[in-house]
Amino acid sequence: MKNPIAGGAGGAAGVEVALPHPRTSRVQPRTRVLESERLLAALLLAPAVLLLGTFIAYPFVMGVWLSLSSTTVGTAGTFVGLKNFEKVWNDSIFREAFQNTAIYTGLATLFKLSLGMWLALLLNRHFRGKRLVRASMLLPFIVPTVLSTYAWRWMFDPTFSVLNWTLYKLGFIADKLPFLSDGVWGLGCAIVVNTWRGMPFFAITLLAGLQTINPDLHEAASLDGANAWERFWYVTWPLLKPVTLVVVVFSVIQTFSDFQLIYVLTGGGPANSTHLIATYAYQIGVATGLLGEGAAISLFMLPVLFIVVWLQLRYLRRLEGA
Amino acid sequence: MERRDFLKSAGIAGILAAGRAPAFAQGSRLHVLRWVDFIPACDVELKRQAPEASKALGAEVQFEFINANDLQPRITAAIQSRSGPDIIMMLHNWPHLYQSGLVDVTDLGEWQGKDQGGYYAQSEAAARDGKRWLALPHGIVGLQMAYRKSWFDEVGAISWPKTLEDLRQVGMKLKKKGKPIGQTLGHTFGDAPAWSYPLMWNYGAAEVDKSGKKVVLDTKEAVESLKFMQAFWKDACDEGGLAWDDTNNNRAFLAGDISCTLNGASIYIAAKRGQDKIKDDRGEPMVRDIQHGPIPNGPAGSWGYHVAFSHAVMKYSKNEKLAKDFLKWLHGKEQFGKWFEVAEGFSVGSTKQWEKHPLWDRIDPPMKGYRTAAAASRMIGYAGPPSAKATEVYSKYIIVDMYAKAVQGLKAEDAVKWAADELKKIYG
Repeated sequence: MKNPIAGGAGGAAGVEVALPHPRTSRVQPRTRVLESERLLAALLLAPAVLLLGTFIAYPFVMGVWLSLSSTTVGTAGTFVGLKNFEKVWNDSIFREAFQNTAIYTGLATLFKLSLGMWLALLLNRHFRGKRLVRASMLLPFIVPTVLSTYAWRWMFDPTFSVLNWTLYKLGFIADKLPFLSDGVWGLGCAIVVNTWRGMPFFAITLLAGLQTINPDLHEAASLDGANAWERFWYVTWPLLKPVTLVVVVFSVIQTFSDFQLIYVLTGGGPANSTHLIATYAYQIGVATGLLGEGAAISLFMLPVLFIVVWLQLRYLRRLEGA
Repeated sequence: MERRDFLKSAGIAGILAAGRAPAFAQGSRLHVLRWVDFIPACDVELKRQAPEASKALGAEVQFEFINANDLQPRITAAIQSRSGPDIIMMLHNWPHLYQSGLVDVTDLGEWQGKDQGGYYAQSEAAARDGKRWLALPHGIVGLQMAYRKSWFDEVGAISWPKTLEDLRQVGMKLKKKGKPIGQTLGHTFGDAPAWSYPLMWNYGAAEVDKSGKKVVLDTKEAVESLKFMQAFWKDACDEGGLAWDDTNNNRAFLAGDISCTLNGASIYIAAKRGQDKIKDDRGEPMVRDIQHGPIPNGPAGSWGYHVAFSHAVMKYSKNEKLAKDFLKWLHGKEQFGKWFEVAEGFSVGSTKQWEKHPLWDRIDPPMKGYRTAAAASRMIGYAGPPSAKATEVYSKYIIVDMYAKAVQGLKAEDAVKWAADELKKIYG
């Protein structure tokens, strides 16, 4: 029905003017769908869910299935329950790899944390060329692991090691040091390379944490007579603890599941003495073709990492609560 | 008709008519995966032959070369993903491990054997399962001990040591002069098993009995072989060998750091081809001072382990017929003959006919030992029949690690027991 109005601007009284139809208040179904927040949220989340599903959930579920099956290369296998886990648990090489992984993760994380903290404290000071030093410090972290590890492998080479040559020429050693040809030395070298590579991540993250600490707190502590160590221990460290815990969680996850570094540096040798869980899983699953067994080995990482991460995050929550 | 309408009608109608998603053109390209050869000229020769093969077969033949230690992971990935190279080179007795992913090539296997004078037992053991050929044997890389003749002469070893104990005595003198023997016990595909397995056999020990089901490693013979290795390692060897791969001994030998090493002929051939640069301590081409000898006798004999090579057609390949045609072409006398000459004795044939090739008449005397080396070989998994379980033992480096553990200080008896236990888990 038309809405008649009387008059108008300069219009004659009594003349009815037809105005255009106003938009109906009823929303079209298509528009309603597009304006639905729930649908929009689902659409926006879909790419991320798809990516996570394809690259994380699917391989994980596949890994769990493989670990419960007798799958070998080229054969589908059947469900065998926990047989692979039982076999792996009784495998002396796996136990050695598990022990190596624990030592490697523990020592490398400890070194990365202490050296990273030291580096962050140094870089938090003002000095000439500070930006250049900060940028160059990230180099070990930026260079692809395989490339940098190859360089280290050459430096540790049993025959042509530049380190041995230098130490020999300087008169420090009479015989070559067995960098990679002795199990203990080999694992030690791997820890050194991992520390070298991972330390910048600690340093740069802790540095970011340090810069959020109000300098007034340090000044106040100084006025109260605190020395450098006391200022660190009673002011810096408590404030830096949450950041440190997060970095340590990341580092533990990455180091515990490390593969590339050992694969390139030692291949797990000599005589399995540097195998980590990931490299041994690869040797059994991919090189030997025992896919079920290999998956079971790699899944042994899951409960360990879960417990470590859970404990650390719980502690972090408690800190935040306090 | 507008572009959108055309795409709709042509595309959808086509898919509906075919009843499946469109496929890429098939059969036009053959992908062959091989190791990076220790004789680079061999790969160059294959690349040279590729266009000829493409012309002869009407399909593009492409070679891909990767590090030998990366072949096994690549094979597993290819079989599991059902995609990858149409033909993959296999080493040792790998075809038994991967047999469910390989095409039966019995027709080709029978043809080649008849055409080229019959196979070495090593070639058959590597690629044949009963009557079925799992892969087509291509060649055998013989392993001999390369040594510096003048250095051996200097310590009184005028002729090649007859026994392993003699070799230890000579090595002891050489190590004292700073020129040790170099042997890898690392996790690497060729030189480490090629030393460890024969050492076990030459002392009379074996992994399993003839049935291939009963592990018989835990014997006093095996313990004796480990005790020899412990003494040999300490007295005569470069102890860095625990971390060596298959290339380290080549470099160390050519740099004049070691006096002797078990190897294919690649050291000699590299020294010969680079004689302008690779000199001995007197400034003469090193190649003139290199000789070869077999692994010396142990108490139970003198066996070697010479690495068999074959080509397998992958089951997932869409080009099965083309792949087989190509292998027949590549392994034929004409093409293989050209490649065999380039290899200069580093790779010998998988069949005995190649012992009669004129190459052996004109080859340098130090290389002549490779001519028949393959005949005195046993296969990993001895004394049982070839099996995937033997390949599993090899892939886990159990025999190699048994020796590596012993030279690192584990008691010989304990190292043998450890290895026997690991073998029992595999052989059941």
